[in-house]
Amino acid sequence: MEWLAATEYSTALRESLFMYPLVESSHVLFLLLFVGLTVMLDLRLLGLSLTRVPVSDMVDRILPWVRAGFAIMIFTGVLLFFAIPVRTYQSVWFRAKVIMLVLAALNIWYFHYRVYPNVAAWDSDAKLPWTARRAGLASIILWAGIIVAGRFIAYNWFDCDIQPQSAFVNWFAGCVVATD
Amino acid sequence: MLLPFFQWCETLWLGQAVIGSSWLFPVIEAVHLLALSVLGGAVFIVDLRLLGLGLTNHSVTELWRDARPWMIAAIVGLIATGVPLFLSEPIKLYYSDSFWLKMTVLPIALVFAFTIRARATAESVRNTARRQALVGALSIALWVTVAAAGRWIGFS
Repeated sequence: MEWLAATEYSTALRESLFMYPLVESSHVLFLLLFVGLTVMLDLRLLGLSLTRVPVSDMVDRILPWVRAGFAIMIFTGVLLFFAIPVRTYQSVWFRAKVIMLVLAALNIWYFHYRVYPNVAAWDSDAKLPWTARRAGLASIILWAGIIVAGRFIAYNWFDCDIQPQSAFVNWFAGCVVATD
Repeated sequence: MLLPFFQWCETLWLGQAVIGSSWLFPVIEAVHLLALSVLGGAVFIVDLRLLGLGLTNHSVTELWRDARPWMIAAIVGLIATGVPLFLSEPIKLYYSDSFWLKMTVLPIALVFAFTIRARATAESVRNTARRQALVGALSIALWVTVAAAGRWIGFS
């Protein structure tokens, strides 16, 4: 990570007057598209909105926009990490965010391979089977957590260079603490 | 001219409470972002349709009816969190161009959403595909401007 931070491009992005804020803003603005449409899909699964729209319509016509939004979130997110790699790598919030991203990915896998194959049986129902509702609920909770953790990366409450921190924080963030 | 009002805002207990805590501002800010995401979904599901994209096999009237409560809930959440954020730093915001841009475009976006855009989703009115597409594009442009100006407040 220190090697990454020392690269010419990482330094340039970190210190640029406009590029870093522009990448950051893009990352936030695409929340509207990506998380926004994900939430609408989840609300459909939960039977809380768009109940007359078949689930297969949401998957066929909204999911492509979600995927495009996700690609941009990953691209801008990697750039943001690349600009400030050492501190981000040792951020408890970044690590929590990555864990929740993995859980969200597992939830998506579960939905597409375990729930969605049976869609024909309940496609147009307002109230879906519990397995589908559960996937929607998990998705909303995880993405909300991902947004909060992502926003908190900017705050230094638990930074390694602000000691003392609790043993859990130092362990979870991988802080190297000098002992005397 | 408005500076005395902003100075008065600074004295209110709510803003003082936010300043007095190291957690309150970030937590409220995070909830502001959560509400922003819901707003984005409710806006895009209708605007994509107005643009002839997304759920094209459903009527835009129906989509707007389903998305509207979530859009209103998101706006209520955004204002409820936006006010304490504002009250915690009114003088900084008074001198922020991004803040004034946001506060200029926000009322336009709100009025547009519940008048011109609401009418563009109705089946009864003479709504050509081209007119609907224009309204959808304008709606996205307005909300993206509000969100971008809001984000930019933090960089100035």
